[in-house]
Amino acid sequence: MKLKPPKPGAMFDRVRESEFWKSVFRPGSVFRKGYKDTSRDRSLAAMNNLMYHLHPVKVKRHGLKLTYTFCLGGLSFFLFILLTLTGIFLMFFYRPTAEVASAQAYSDMQLILTSVFFGDLVRNIHRWGAHLMVFTVTLHMARVFYTGAYKPPREFNWIVGVVLLFLTLGLSFTGYLLPWDQLSIWAVTVGTSLGGYSPQIAKEANFLLLGGVVVGPGTLLRWYVLHVIALPFVTVIFLAVHFWRIRKDGGISGPL
Amino acid sequence: MAEETPLDQEVFDATLAAELAKGSDRRVAEGRAKSAAVRAYRKANNIVEEAPKAPTAAAGDAAPAAGAPAAAAVGAAPAAGGAVALAPAPGVPALAPPPTGKPPTPKPGAADKHRLLALVAPEGIQAVERDQGDRVNTFPHLFIEEFVAMFVMLAFLTIYSSFVNAPLRELANPNLTPNPSKAPWYFLGLQELLRYFHPMVAGISIPTFILVGLGALPFIDRNPSNKPGDRRLAITLFTILFMFGATLTIIGSFFRGPGYNWVWPWSQGIFFDL
Repeated sequence: MKLKPPKPGAMFDRVRESEFWKSVFRPGSVFRKGYKDTSRDRSLAAMNNLMYHLHPVKVKRHGLKLTYTFCLGGLSFFLFILLTLTGIFLMFFYRPTAEVASAQAYSDMQLILTSVFFGDLVRNIHRWGAHLMVFTVTLHMARVFYTGAYKPPREFNWIVGVVLLFLTLGLSFTGYLLPWDQLSIWAVTVGTSLGGYSPQIAKEANFLLLGGVVVGPGTLLRWYVLHVIALPFVTVIFLAVHFWRIRKDGGISGPL
Repeated sequence: MAEETPLDQEVFDATLAAELAKGSDRRVAEGRAKSAAVRAYRKANNIVEEAPKAPTAAAGDAAPAAGAPAAAAVGAAPAAGGAVALAPAPGVPALAPPPTGKPPTPKPGAADKHRLLALVAPEGIQAVERDQGDRVNTFPHLFIEEFVAMFVMLAFLTIYSSFVNAPLRELANPNLTPNPSKAPWYFLGLQELLRYFHPMVAGISIPTFILVGLGALPFIDRNPSNKPGDRRLAITLFTILFMFGATLTIIGSFFRGPGYNWVWPWSQGIFFDL
């Protein structure tokens, strides 16, 4: 009996025919054996995919034009995911404490930049990505305005989008304090004092937000909790509604 | 359903007139008139081609909604001089038992499953084919675009972050105010406004106006068109406000130095941190 090692192609075919592979990749998946580039398999590829929670099987052709959306909404969402991933990484090395004698937050920042493997790169991506996300979300809003995509039946989704814009600002602003350097506490001091002048309700809101009358260690803990769990949690819920409503309101707006 | 069904034109006209006189919507009136006219034609010509289908369709056909147009046709036909006599139950008599009002009991031994029945008013059947427009498969056309955009963004951020470090200044010191002290860049427009207006206006009124105004935009701008040519006023106003905000932000970022006084960034330097 001659035992010949199977060719790599044949081996891959056997893997693709295995029960396990077929249980992971549903019919229509490009990774499944027998995928044909037909309209039917293309539809199945979308339908039997997690992507189907975001996209319908078919989309309006004009929506593919780069100059219609500039991919701004999608890029904002991608930045949100990227910021979540880099943020989780940074959380492993950061403690939000800032007692007078030993500001743990600041020394952890220095450790991230000097001693953590890829720490400086990840921190840079997190910081620049956050600024970029404020930028893309704002531009996305402008795009939606210029294409008239807030008009019926999309009025409610516009409101959800406005909430998401302000959540993005909130996420960025709360994250700004965390390095606990001169830049962050004074930017936050100035930023919160902008709205904290009057009336009394604004002062009370500021007190609640800062955990005192000035930015201090209590503020850092509050803003950390807001930044890493409270605001992302709310944002994810609004994102889910936002994406769901796009499809319920008939997909992408237009054509112009 | 594109093929033309033969119908009784007299009954059609009479029913349509009667329906419109009743104040029905034109589309509904036409649907009811067509439905009555087709039934009248079939009755007159003894067409029973749909008979085998009747028992299954009867559930829907026997609904009051379907009965009404037929009844209307009965009243309308004689008035128009049509000699067609219509029975209230058109076509084949309904074979389904009359409703009992009680939930049906499954047959013993039958498989456990549930059925969904929908009652569709006859006018609803007339135009179900909605124009789908010019569409393409999400996979691969949209999918590939999103992937490219994602990787371009990821590559840009990774390369940029490899070469440009985010700022980290010295340890926070509440007793030492840097000069100038600036808010994050997206609030610098408001900080700039604070130079010109009372804090109540710049810090409370204007942000509230922006928030509420943005949220209420779809309810203020009632113009249904999305064509730029029809929206000159809305586009002009939005562009002016957007540019106004951008200008204030740029001034606050690059043209304000120590003491928050005016500086020229090319000669006196940039006092701005991201």
